[in-house]
Amino acid sequence: MQRILILGGGVGGTLTANLLAKQLRRDLKTGDVSLTVVDETGQHTYQPGFMYIAMGGERAENLQRPERSLLDSRVNLVVGAVELVDEATQTVHLADGQRLGYDELVLATGCRIVPEAVEHFDTEAHHFYSAEAALELRHALDSFRGGTIVIGIAGMPYKCPPAPLEVAFLIEAELRQRGLREQSGLHFCSPIGRAFSIESVSEMVTPILEQKGIELHTFFNVETIDPTRKVIHSLEGEELAYDLLILVPPHKGQQFLIDSGLAPAPGGWLPTDRATLQVGGRQHIYALGDATDLPLSKAGSTAHFEAPVVAERIAATILGRDLDPKHSDYTGKVMCFFEVGDGKGTLLQFDYEHPPKPPRPNQLWHLGKVVFNKTYWHTVPKGRV
Amino acid sequence: MDDTATAVPDRILDGRGSFCPGPLMELIRGIRESTPGTVLSVYSSDSGSKSDIPKWVAKAGHRLIGVFPRDGYDEIIVEKTH
Repeated sequence: MQRILILGGGVGGTLTANLLAKQLRRDLKTGDVSLTVVDETGQHTYQPGFMYIAMGGERAENLQRPERSLLDSRVNLVVGAVELVDEATQTVHLADGQRLGYDELVLATGCRIVPEAVEHFDTEAHHFYSAEAALELRHALDSFRGGTIVIGIAGMPYKCPPAPLEVAFLIEAELRQRGLREQSGLHFCSPIGRAFSIESVSEMVTPILEQKGIELHTFFNVETIDPTRKVIHSLEGEELAYDLLILVPPHKGQQFLIDSGLAPAPGGWLPTDRATLQVGGRQHIYALGDATDLPLSKAGSTAHFEAPVVAERIAATILGRDLDPKHSDYTGKVMCFFEVGDGKGTLLQFDYEHPPKPPRPNQLWHLGKVVFNKTYWHTVPKGRV
Repeated sequence: MDDTATAVPDRILDGRGSFCPGPLMELIRGIRESTPGTVLSVYSSDSGSKSDIPKWVAKAGHRLIGVFPRDGYDEIIVEKTH
């Protein structure tokens, strides 16, 4: 029997499993192949929705569904925390003592936030990278009556590069609607020399920042927090005062990947081939989504477009057939929506060879994002889009 | 002698084809994860990196070793100084 083991039940792991279940249905039925997903919680979370909890339009319970309900019935689900990948014996060790063997291994293990890596983050800063934190930020915004709001980034890389800028636009719109705009200063700290990494997007949003009175601070990577003076310091040696601080927390890959010798410390990002998605030259271990060290957006969209490549490569190996050139290599494709506030949005679509050419922000792309968020459960994990 | 012969990078950050988050973000990640004295090499196919990265390196107080055109991309070598 050929054993396929997928670690992680997020976008990448779930979609890869469902695509493989279709391609290998005969072998799964005869028992020649087994297909198993391991997930720590057994719950699939739609993380892009966290931002909307903070903005007051979403509830945590709408963002989670049982992983079992999203998986093809031919896929086994094991709920448990992974402790180690033992490459010598091709075995994954779980915290509860289970040992799961594999012939093909997929690492779709996402990333974790480590706010504790920045001293005083937990008492001084808010974020929107978990449902709980996003709700706390919502409460902080509800009690905000004016002052200085600073939005910054305290680590690299982080999930969803546009999110902090979107939050700045959405908060500005909210303050205006609540009549608090005149007594509030809004500051956005960009890690690089412009508002956003993609130059064309930056050119589009910089005038919007100016028009909305959001002060842009470039080359400002948040390094430390001084809770006594209520200021943040940047890696580049500057400081900025705040009343309400919203920071993207540092992110890391999973610790067990470092412990297993698959990913280097301290980041824990898996060294992944940009086309084949194989890990560190290994023929039978793949990575996708947030877990990789690829220089791409850490976003569900990336995993969405990587999953068909991983599924195709594993299916071709198991079936002993040639690769379908349509899905043999990942091209770096990413596609995501970008909110600019006031009910408008745009679309970012690009790959390794083609930079994005975002359309002028309009209501259509904002509505596109709303519809995508609502229909996600029926489309992406099941391979329907 | 090759112009990079005296600066063999300890770490290569391949940012080719990266539009979001982009090669500079890759360098910032690398700098944050490294110890002082580490020499990092960033590969970039984005023409803006030739000016963006040296500007950030100067502002952050690290040392730019050089910007070198390669076959279809630029290699930018930086030493983390503090």
